[in-house]
Amino acid sequence: MKEFLTEDKVREMIVYIADKIIENKAQLSDIDSQIGDGDHGFGMAGGMRRAKEKVLVLENCGNAYKLFEAAGKAMLMSMGGASGVIFGSLYFSGGKEMAPSDRIDAAGLANMFNISLLAIKERGKAQVGDKTMVDALEPAVVAMEENREKGLLTMLLAAEEAARQGMEATKGMTAKFGRAKNLFERAVGHQDAGAVSVYIIFRSMREFVENAR
Amino acid sequence: MNKKIINAVDDVIPQMTEGFIAANSRHYEKVPGVNGVAYKKRRTGKTALVVGGGSGHEPMFAGFVGKGLADAAACGNIFASPDPGTVAETAKFVQNGKGVLFVYGNYAGDNLNFDMAEEILQEEGIETAHVRVRDDCASAPPERTEDRRGIAGDVFVIKTAGAACDKGLSLAEVKRIAEKTCLNLRSIGVGLSPGQIPGAEKPTFTLGDNEMEYGLGLHGEPGVKRTVMRPADELAFVMVSAITEDMPLYSGDEVCVLINGLGCTTIMEMSIVYRKVAQLLGEKGVAIHDADINSYCTCMEMGGFSISILKLDSELKLYYDTACFSPYYAKEGR
Repeated sequence: MKEFLTEDKVREMIVYIADKIIENKAQLSDIDSQIGDGDHGFGMAGGMRRAKEKVLVLENCGNAYKLFEAAGKAMLMSMGGASGVIFGSLYFSGGKEMAPSDRIDAAGLANMFNISLLAIKERGKAQVGDKTMVDALEPAVVAMEENREKGLLTMLLAAEEAARQGMEATKGMTAKFGRAKNLFERAVGHQDAGAVSVYIIFRSMREFVENAR
Repeated sequence: MNKKIINAVDDVIPQMTEGFIAANSRHYEKVPGVNGVAYKKRRTGKTALVVGGGSGHEPMFAGFVGKGLADAAACGNIFASPDPGTVAETAKFVQNGKGVLFVYGNYAGDNLNFDMAEEILQEEGIETAHVRVRDDCASAPPERTEDRRGIAGDVFVIKTAGAACDKGLSLAEVKRIAEKTCLNLRSIGVGLSPGQIPGAEKPTFTLGDNEMEYGLGLHGEPGVKRTVMRPADELAFVMVSAITEDMPLYSGDEVCVLINGLGCTTIMEMSIVYRKVAQLLGEKGVAIHDADINSYCTCMEMGGFSISILKLDSELKLYYDTACFSPYYAKEGR
């Protein structure tokens, strides 16, 4: 595979990620109901469905980042809940800020997610250790930055592993945000559902790039 | 088995809104294009009060749109805050140049989405402010009240803020009244059986036959502890004690009390609880100015109830005593 994603490939990848989140809807809700209210899978699946619908009708925009921006906006303006703003921003903030390009390479993807990470932390005020999706996203973005010169697949393998470790680490944390924050030590032992979604998103990107080779 | 009287899971919210507006068409209209409910006979030339939050708590929030109450409600999916577009469009539909006060429960999702809606409105030159209801004193210790979540206390904040809007107060003044209501308000709940999200394969939590969850949230979030079932009087005692530890009440204080059912709890049971609450407050020399036993803020078919106490001063009493009306909540003026 070429070391970049064309606009068409980016569209296919966003659809692939959406399908994976939709497949895992029940599992995500199940994880959320341990310490939250159990709506995470429902919300994410709904948002991803909108994102998918949006990118499928958005053709020949000449800017591959525009697809992330549009998918994120579709999530932001339809999902509601904390996930709507946070996961909408994951695609929207970076996609909107990146200079238009008909392709996305490893460095571009790393930059885009880095911009989104900063926007999410600014808006949600969460830091690593607060038992949120940031616990999976920040290490994944750091891994992307560190491996951006090594090509898409190597970079995404590292990001996926970092997201997985970050997701696992949320088990040991008490929550500072979201409904789980009212549980104190009772939240320990359970993963944060948002962190699981981040892991699925990065794992899906790696799978997509690997399968496309 | 998740028994729900629905058609398809994805149609629950639009079909609920359609039916709700149709049934109350004398009073309510839908905000075009988004899931917002507006009061038809809303007054102009006043600060607009817009409430909102996730669905699944009916009659909160749409049922608290009315005369002397909210001008509109922005409604999200089940247990999920409305998105920023829905909130902004709903506010634009009812605002008339005097600013918009948003009242909603203090949850991460609501805070993020309403904040974003305020940014959209302010960019368009509409003045906005918000008050986040945080009455559940089981949800965080006193030094972290900003982390507390909003439960049935919404009723009191919408009541006084709505009355203040109708009296023609400025946005800043209405906000002050709503904040003051929050500061003088505490609630605590117990859960006996879970509610279930339509389409979800499992209930939001499970409890043994003889168990109850103390301090649980309005979405079935686990509470602070799980105990065996106790008689109504004991529950009332423990819950009133928790509230008065957090917000001391003294002889001569005047309060309003709300016993709020979480979905399937009967007025019979809640009346038994209220009886003891009234006795306990009476023993302290606290006067009950008004009381309500109803299911205003629910978690679908969840079993259990919460107790909310609003401590009045002369100003809050003035706004509490103003008449209000919605098909789901009404107070005679006094």
